[in-house]
Amino acid sequence: MSTASQPDFFDRVGSRMSALGAWIDARFPMTKMWKEHASEYYAPKNFNFWYYFGVLSLVVLVIQLVSGIFLTMNYKPSAEHAFASVEYIMRDVEWGWLIRYIHSTGASAFFVVVYLHMFRGLLYGSYKNPRELLWIFGMLIYLVLMAEAFMGYVLPWGNMSYWGAQVIVNLIGALPYVGGALVEWVRGDYFISDVTLNRFFALHVVALPLALIFLVVAHILALHEVGSNNPDGVDIKKLKGSNGHPVDGIPFHPYYTVKDLAGIVFFLILFSFVIFFAPEMGGYFLEHANFTKADPLVTPDNIAPVWYFTPFYAILRAVPHQVLGVFAMGLAVVALFLLPWLDRSKVKSVRYRGWLFKIPLFVFAANFLMLGYLGLQHPTPQLTMLSRVGTIIYFLFFILMPWYTSIDKTKPVPERVTYNAH
Amino acid sequence: MLTNKKLKLAAIAAGILGIASFAHASGGGHKFLSANNDVANQASLQRGARNFVNYCMGCHSAQYVRYNRVGADLGLTEQQVIDNLMFTGVRPSDTMQIAMTRDDAKRWFGNPPPDLSLIARNKGPDYIFTFLKSFYVDPSRPTGVNNTVLVGAAMPHVLADLQGLQTASYEGHADAEGNMQKQFKGFEPLTKGSMTADEYDGFVRDTVNFLEYIAEPVQMKRRNLGIGVIFFLLVFFGFAYALKKEYWKDVK
Repeated sequence: MSTASQPDFFDRVGSRMSALGAWIDARFPMTKMWKEHASEYYAPKNFNFWYYFGVLSLVVLVIQLVSGIFLTMNYKPSAEHAFASVEYIMRDVEWGWLIRYIHSTGASAFFVVVYLHMFRGLLYGSYKNPRELLWIFGMLIYLVLMAEAFMGYVLPWGNMSYWGAQVIVNLIGALPYVGGALVEWVRGDYFISDVTLNRFFALHVVALPLALIFLVVAHILALHEVGSNNPDGVDIKKLKGSNGHPVDGIPFHPYYTVKDLAGIVFFLILFSFVIFFAPEMGGYFLEHANFTKADPLVTPDNIAPVWYFTPFYAILRAVPHQVLGVFAMGLAVVALFLLPWLDRSKVKSVRYRGWLFKIPLFVFAANFLMLGYLGLQHPTPQLTMLSRVGTIIYFLFFILMPWYTSIDKTKPVPERVTYNAH
Repeated sequence: MLTNKKLKLAAIAAGILGIASFAHASGGGHKFLSANNDVANQASLQRGARNFVNYCMGCHSAQYVRYNRVGADLGLTEQQVIDNLMFTGVRPSDTMQIAMTRDDAKRWFGNPPPDLSLIARNKGPDYIFTFLKSFYVDPSRPTGVNNTVLVGAAMPHVLADLQGLQTASYEGHADAEGNMQKQFKGFEPLTKGSMTADEYDGFVRDTVNFLEYIAEPVQMKRRNLGIGVIFFLLVFFGFAYALKKEYWKDVK
C-alpha cells in the first residue's frame, strides 16, 4: 500500500507547489527573474580561475552582513565602552570570538577577492565597450568598500583605530579653503571623539552597507544586460545556434552554480585557515597596536593603515607636498575609473595583445604590490625614493595607456572561444 | 601536468608570500629573547597564574579576565581557584580587578600600571619575557632600577628578590665624528636572588605563558575546532568537485 501511495503523495505535493508557483508568477516575476539571471542566463563556457572572484566577492559580502548583524547585538558604540565591548564579545559572548574573527578576516578577504576581481578586468579588458558602466559600478563598489572598511576599523576603538582615523580624517583638512570646516563636519567635533565614533558606527552598519547592496545589484543587472566577457574577449552573442542561444554559452544554472560551489568551498577552506590558525595574520589583519585602548596621548610607533590601503598610502607619503599628496592619492583611484576610455586597443583580452600591453600591465601589478609593501614601512629616505619611483610608474601606466594600447601589435581574435572539454 | 598558466600563478603567489615574509622580518627595533612558552602546557599556565596573582596583581589588573574562566581553562576546581588565585571579597565570576585606583596609581608611579589582559597580543610574549629579565641597577631612577627594553620604566623591579639585582655593562667606541657612543654589552649579576638564573627564566616563562593565554583565552579551543571545520570543508569540497565534474561532462 505504502509503495503505491508514495508517488501519488509526491505528485500531489508537486502539483500544489506548481500551483503556488503559478499564483506567485501571476503577481511577481519569480520564474521570469530566475530564468533571466540563472537558468537562462548564458555565460561563456571558457571561464577560468580568474572568474571565481566575482562570486567570491558576493559570498564575502554576505559573510560580512551576517556576521556584522551579530556583532552589532553586543558591540557598544561609545568611546568609553567600545573597546571593552569588543573584548566582551571575544571572551563572554557565546561564539562571539568566532563571529568577530569571521568579520575581521572577512574585511581583508573582501579586498583580496576584489583586487583579484579587478585585476581580472585588466587582464581580459572587461571594462571595454559595452561594459564601461559595469566597470563604473564596480569602481563605485570599491570606493564605498574603502569607506566601509575604514570606518569599521575605527569601531573597536583600539589605539591604531584612533590614530588611523586621526591621520586619514586630517587628510581632508589638507584640502584648500574648505578643508578645516569639512574635517570638523566629518568628525562632528574638534578631534576624533565619541561623537565621531557614533557617526562612523551609523555609517558603517546602515548607510554604507545599503549603498553597497544597491551598487552590487546595479553591477549584476548591468552585467546580465550586456553579458559576461571571457578570457578570450570574444563576444559570444555574435554566434548563435539554431535554438537562439549563443553557441559558446552555457546556462549559468546549473553549470556555473555547481562550478562556483566548488570554488566557494575551496575559498572557505583558506578562509578557515586564517580564522582558526592565524586570525591576526602576523599583525596584518589585526594589528598589534590595536590591542590597547585608544589613547590620544600615546602615538603608536608606526601608524600604518591596514594592508589593503597601503598602496595609496605610499603614494600619499611619496609626494613631498601634503595637499598635492592628497590629490595624488585621490587621482590614483580616479584613474581606475577612466580605464574604459584610456584603453584604445581594438582587442579586449591580454591573450591577443602584444608586448606593449603585457609589459606595462605586469609592471603595474608588480608596482602596486611594491607600493603596498612600502606603505606598511616606516619611511626612510631610500624607501621614500622608491615610493616616488613607484608613484611615477603608477601614473605613467594610465597617462601613456592611450599611446601604447593604440600602437600595440595585436593578434587576430578567433571567432569562437578556446575551450578544451574534459 | 603543470601548464604554463599554473606555473605563472604559482610564481605570482610565491611573489606575494615573499613580500609578506620580508615585510614581517623587517619590523621591530630592539632584539628580544625568545620566550619559548607553550600555551598548551597546562602545568606551566597554572604556575603562571599563581605568579601573576602573587607578583603582578599588586598593581596590574586583568580586567577582562574572569577567575572561573581561568579555572575552567586551566583544569582547576572552583575551590582551587578560590583558595589559590582569589583575594577575599571577590566572587569566582568576577574579573581580575585590583584595589588600587587609577588616581592613586598615577600619584604613586606617575604612570598608572597598564591592565595586562591584552598585553601579550599588544607587545608579544618575547617582549614581556625580555622586559622581565632586563631590570638593572640605576641610582638615577626613583625606583633604583631601569630597564633596557623600556628605558625609564616607572615599574620597580618587583621580582628582584627572586632574580637578584644586576648591572648593565656598556662598551664605548668612538663614532665617525669622534663622539663616544655607548653600546649595551650585557648584564652582570650584582646580588644573589632566591632563584638560580634557570629557575628565574622558568618563572618568567610561566608568567608570560599565562599572559599569552589571558590575552586570548579561546585560542586552544579555536585551533581544535579549526581542524574539524577544515576536515569537514575538505570532504564537502570532494563532493562539490565531483558534482561539477558530472555536470560539466556534457559541455563540449
